[in-house]
Amino acid sequence: MSVEILQVENVKKHFKIGPNQTVKSVDGISFSIKKGETFGLVGESGSGKSTLGKTIVGLYSATSGRVSFDGHEFGDLDKKTQKKLNREMQMIFQDPHASLNPRMRVEDIIAEGIDAHRLAKGKERQELVYHLLERVGLRPEHAQRFPHEFSGGQRQRIGIARALAVKPKFIVADEPISALDVSIQAQVINLLEDLKHEENLTYLFIAHDLGMVKHISDRIGVMYLGKMMELTTSSQLFEEPLHPYTEALLSAIPLPNPRLAKKRERIILSGDPPSPVNPPSGCRFRTRCPYAMDICAKAEPSWKEVKENHWTACHLYSK
Amino acid sequence: MSHLLKVENLQVSFKTYGGEVQAVRNVSFHVDQGEVVAIVGESGSGKSVTVQTVMGLIPIPPGKIKGGKITFSGKDITNLSKREMRKLKGSEIGMVFQDPMTSLNPTMKIGKQIAEGLIKHQKLSKAEAKQKAIELLKLVGIPNAAERYNQYPHEFSGGMRQRVVIAIALACAPKLLIADEPTTALDVTIQAQILDLMKDLQRRMNTAIILITHDLGVVAEMAQRVIVMYGGIVVETGTVFDIFERPKHPYTWGLLESIPKPDVKEKKRLIPIEGSPPDLFSPPKGCPFAPRCKYAMEICVEKMPGEFKISNEHIAKCWLNDPRAPQVEALIAAGRE
Repeated sequence: MSVEILQVENVKKHFKIGPNQTVKSVDGISFSIKKGETFGLVGESGSGKSTLGKTIVGLYSATSGRVSFDGHEFGDLDKKTQKKLNREMQMIFQDPHASLNPRMRVEDIIAEGIDAHRLAKGKERQELVYHLLERVGLRPEHAQRFPHEFSGGQRQRIGIARALAVKPKFIVADEPISALDVSIQAQVINLLEDLKHEENLTYLFIAHDLGMVKHISDRIGVMYLGKMMELTTSSQLFEEPLHPYTEALLSAIPLPNPRLAKKRERIILSGDPPSPVNPPSGCRFRTRCPYAMDICAKAEPSWKEVKENHWTACHLYSK
Repeated sequence: MSHLLKVENLQVSFKTYGGEVQAVRNVSFHVDQGEVVAIVGESGSGKSVTVQTVMGLIPIPPGKIKGGKITFSGKDITNLSKREMRKLKGSEIGMVFQDPMTSLNPTMKIGKQIAEGLIKHQKLSKAEAKQKAIELLKLVGIPNAAERYNQYPHEFSGGMRQRVVIAIALACAPKLLIADEPTTALDVTIQAQILDLMKDLQRRMNTAIILITHDLGVVAEMAQRVIVMYGGIVVETGTVFDIFERPKHPYTWGLLESIPKPDVKEKKRLIPIEGSPPDLFSPPKGCPFAPRCKYAMEICVEKMPGEFKISNEHIAKCWLNDPRAPQVEALIAAGRE
């Protein structure tokens, strides 16, 4: 059952932005995703979650570290295997207005991957596109239209159809619902869940809406300034968060229940996240942490399994 | 007691190449001194156009106020001249916009942007205005206020900029603050800070707030009363408890069911509202939600429902509340068990 489809080991992705400045967007992250699971990745803007997602599918090449998918390690692959991996890993993007080429017809957008990988031609290609449109809740007659003729939710469905076209095994969904209206978000989430079961997909679901991430994910990783802070099952994370950052993040979610919302005490973090160009020494969260100790500035906390399947990097849990 | 702000039967439309968009159709609501009223709705529901009309911010033409009346502090402000409106905007009504990146002038020092209104409306001298601006920066929780006074917007983070925007809005101690999606562009932990700040200021200064948002969590946290808009009309209004605990409109039911509940343990499939929002070029003559409504009846397509009074403050515009309609709520409740 628990076969690991993706392994990420000590991956770093740094961007040079000046002669002596580097943004350490992703700075040493390790985790793995099991086949058939939905792995949620949460964090605020600048935490590096999108960079990590793009590094995993190969849109960025990692500065150091290893990403292996289905037993193949990225980096020194022959062309044929590389192409196969490119097909098996797909991505769904956040902004449905920017991720579809406005000059292309929906049919060609969806079939771009089919053409690139030479999966079908002519009539067969067209039928495949019609089938995909129906799979994502659109109609075959939509194939001849252009992206501007669709609403945000429908465009996101086109983006999903494009990802599905090449029969992937693994999909990175980078904030797929944050640009959509509330009533449309649930439609897209349900569609993603259905497709996952029907096509045996594995998801990496990146988002900042913790409520939705909890709903869709089996396990969740919490990122802050390029580091993984905590990783566990989604129910465990919400019931018993270990890291002070996770605790604050959870308490910051506005609850859609007026009685609870008006009663509860929130942990309000002071200040803004520091710049990833020059992150704090030791633990990166210490500048905003209500429990920061002397050691937090000196040493970086190690990544430890504090409880079964519950990992965190925090000095509060090191003995 | 008379209301601080009263909007009656407001109708606003825009002329476009595709025809006339009827963005707001017969919207009525009121806001009292010191209360927080949330307006929720999807894009295109008319929530932003409604408050922009109140502020005199819609461009005329292509926009047009086709009917209705807006009263603020007992004074009709529907058709004020630009000059009179500007007086009111700076001093009695403050506004906070969604995007703190674009609502500040990038070429002007932060402090000057706050002092501007004080000099203009409260006739303070430059030195007094500077003093007051620094106090305001401290009030909204900006450390090193005196130094920050001389900085430019690009030197501030998103959350900090939104604090500055709030400081500008509050500079002349307005009676009403209109906040249009004030935290949508911010991260959750920063959102929590800003909401906390707004709540605190509202309590201290007794300012009324109109909060426009699509996040029901933010509504539950902040508002005393809620106005739900859809397709240019108010479909339901009531206290925050009416809306969250005894909603009477299928659109409100749909909204509440389509979001995951962070406090519920077991995983349930979300129940989305199928279909997409209505086309406002030619709005249906009946209820705008009818095409997406699971419980729509014949009359819903034919005739716009009137206001059904559920209780003193709770009003729903839905035919299901007519005594002759089927009792679907009982059926839904039975279905859940």
